[in-house]
Amino acid sequence: MATAIEKCVHCGFCLPACPTYSLLGEEMDSPRGRIYLMKNVLEETLSAADAQPYIDRCLGCMACVPACPSGVEYGDLLVSYRMLQERERQRPPLDALARRLVIETLPYPKRFRLAAQTGRIGKALRGALPEAFASMLNLLPEKLPSPLPAPPVLPARGELRAKVALLPGCVQQALAPEINYAAAQALAANGVEVHSPPKAGCCGSILLHVGAEQQAIELARRNFGQFPDDIDAIITTAAGCGSGIHDYELLFKDQPDADRAAAFARKVTDFSAFLSSLGMRERTGFAHERRVVYQDACHLLHAQGQQSEARALLMQIPNLRLLPIADAGMCCGSAGAYNIDQPAIAAELGRRKVASILAAEPDLVVSGNIGCITQLRQQLKSTGNPLPVRHIAEVLWEACAGSE
Amino acid sequence: MNRAFIAALESIYPPQRLLTRDVELLPYESDALTAFQTKPAAAVLPDSDDEIIATVRLCHEHAVPFVARGSGTSLSGGSLPIADGLIIGLNRLNRIKKLDPQQRIAVVEPGVINLSITEAAQPYGLYYAPDPSSQSICTIGGNIAFNSGGAHCLKYGMTSNHVLGMKVVLADGTVTQFGSESIEGVGIGPDLVGLFVGSEGLFGIALEITVRLMPQPELYRTVLAAYDDLGRAGDAVSMVVASGLLPGAMEIMDRLAIKAAEASVKAGYPDAEALLIVELEGETLQVNAEFEQLRGIIEASGAFEIRVANSEEERARIWKGRKGAFSAVGRLSPDYIVQDGVVPRSRLGEALVEIGALKEKYGLDVANVFHAGDGNLHPLILYDGRAAGALEKAEALAGEILALCVNLGGSITGEHGIGMEKRDYMPAMFSEEELDIMQALRRAIDPLEIANRGKMFPGGEAPALKQHGMHPLEKAGVISRE
Repeated sequence: MATAIEKCVHCGFCLPACPTYSLLGEEMDSPRGRIYLMKNVLEETLSAADAQPYIDRCLGCMACVPACPSGVEYGDLLVSYRMLQERERQRPPLDALARRLVIETLPYPKRFRLAAQTGRIGKALRGALPEAFASMLNLLPEKLPSPLPAPPVLPARGELRAKVALLPGCVQQALAPEINYAAAQALAANGVEVHSPPKAGCCGSILLHVGAEQQAIELARRNFGQFPDDIDAIITTAAGCGSGIHDYELLFKDQPDADRAAAFARKVTDFSAFLSSLGMRERTGFAHERRVVYQDACHLLHAQGQQSEARALLMQIPNLRLLPIADAGMCCGSAGAYNIDQPAIAAELGRRKVASILAAEPDLVVSGNIGCITQLRQQLKSTGNPLPVRHIAEVLWEACAGSE
Repeated sequence: MNRAFIAALESIYPPQRLLTRDVELLPYESDALTAFQTKPAAAVLPDSDDEIIATVRLCHEHAVPFVARGSGTSLSGGSLPIADGLIIGLNRLNRIKKLDPQQRIAVVEPGVINLSITEAAQPYGLYYAPDPSSQSICTIGGNIAFNSGGAHCLKYGMTSNHVLGMKVVLADGTVTQFGSESIEGVGIGPDLVGLFVGSEGLFGIALEITVRLMPQPELYRTVLAAYDDLGRAGDAVSMVVASGLLPGAMEIMDRLAIKAAEASVKAGYPDAEALLIVELEGETLQVNAEFEQLRGIIEASGAFEIRVANSEEERARIWKGRKGAFSAVGRLSPDYIVQDGVVPRSRLGEALVEIGALKEKYGLDVANVFHAGDGNLHPLILYDGRAAGALEKAEALAGEILALCVNLGGSITGEHGIGMEKRDYMPAMFSEEELDIMQALRRAIDPLEIANRGKMFPGGEAPALKQHGMHPLEKAGVISRE
């Protein structure tokens, strides 16, 4: 942490990249301001409680990292700081309960389904609870889709080019099982054998993101040994999983199985990055022109430096026209559990993002991340706009299959 | 700061835009020169002209000093807060109020980011010319305060050449308009716009600024020339200037700087005592014609090797070494002092010879990377901080170079301004009479000396700066003092 703080020279180059600075216009809610606050907390010249609201408002979108000329590892700093603070933090009872719900439900598809389906939380508590709960409920669809398990092994079609395993994810399994299903189909169509290990689960990233260190480690550990050894890659279809797993080094620092975690992390690749480096073999395309906006997930673009991979795939599809949008690198406000913790800022960022998307007049929005997809769908729904938002795996599967 | 003053602020601002708690003020205690830190008593974040005006009037009424602040990117401590003073944060006033492609002007609020004007003007084939290296974040208000330049100020001038008019609130609360929206409006009567631009925030706050927009260059042509003598490269600059050509950029690197650039980015430069890069830009026909002329001059200037960029890749290759050179000098020495001074470009050769002599006298290495076109020198004085007395020796050499700049008729700063950093050098550049006139002007506008108190003028209660070596951003190659 000290290195990251020392490296910051307060130049301000991070300011234009920061969503909260652009929204709130105050130094405390900028990357350099937050670094300064964290520094003062660590040096004990400021109380952690005073600094907390500003640190909490950070989306963790990492847009400031590529913008930083001095190479400050803001991501490492934030994750470490959050883990440190969570150990000592006292939350008001309602906040603590909301957080507990997030930590105990989101990573577990069965619990999440149960909570959502029975409407146990929803009906009993809607309206009677603070904003945090209402926003949590708003994210839930009216009805959850039926589970759509991928077969344990989906054989490659045609010549075998690679073997991979799919990371099942957590919330995504319950909210949108069709994403991993489509990812498996799209990969298989391109000559990839796809394993879906039945006992694999949440990677813990969502908990790491909110600073719940111990729970994150436990969840991450459960996955070690669940994946076959002879695979070329473990594929994630959610941006946050990929970037979170790449933080395992930090999470497992001083843990006995640090090496194992590192080996696991090395295998993990995002769906688009994998398919783009393998090269798409099938690309029948669409019968009619589709005007597409690609929505960058922060945890792909900023955290994993993937600006071109998904776009390269989309541009290879016949009859797909990729449209640029303004402020493409600006977070949509989803940011893991952020739209639950900070609903007002998340909603405003969502409104801005939808406005810049609509200005390009697309007929389809494509993203590589369930969080962005949910956020955009909700924003579009609130304005009554029927514009569809789909995961890139679904679009590529459709394009490979030549359906329209 | 008294309770009545705060209460009055409370009647102007909602709580979220009136910052008084420690946690809110700490992030404002430095700008980009963190060697200085002062926590202000309060900060306000106005959303409108009216709020700024009311605030300044309140400060005047209560004799509370204030500092206007945009993105807080000053490298000379120009927006350092005043203890017991107020910070007026202008970053929320970031609207481009008008953009008129026919008239080629834009009317902007002070918190508009420099590059945003160019982005807004681009669809019309126009851009805002002053391009300080922090242009992606620095604001027009700050550019006005420090009369910011940039890599292309040789051809296009500084901020003062691009501001046509502005509405301002002076430190005593007077609201007035300087200049107008038309170029013709400038030049009648005293140049009040010119007086305000570069005044380092001592006169008041610009509320609404009318800037000129320029047509984007159609074509760039770039040439690299290698010399076996530094003086000859300097003479070549004089020849280009004398020919009437006005390149967009003219840069010189000496042997030590070339060596550093090669070590760092492997630019593939010729082995030479000095390299000169000249770039023409503008309309295709004119640039092509001028390029032939330039080529003739360079060929006659005694260069032993000439490389012409015939593609964008070749142009990028020529610039790669130059852009990396400044940061690369760090590879040659554990410590160094960067000096930032200006000499008249006609006396460039003379200055380089003098620096060479000083180098011998002190027994220290000096690398030269500089913007030759406008005489902005950046000698990097290399020393080893672990050796006893080395720092003092290097500092003395740096001081002599600054004195040399002034003696040759130049300036003590190229771009960063005086701010806190170079206050004590002011008497080296200006006579007592000149400083008195400046003070008299300032007091006429700001009798209570509340606007950016403690900046620019020598003396004051703040400690002198002791920062050695490059600014970390310079090391990263992001900013340079050209």
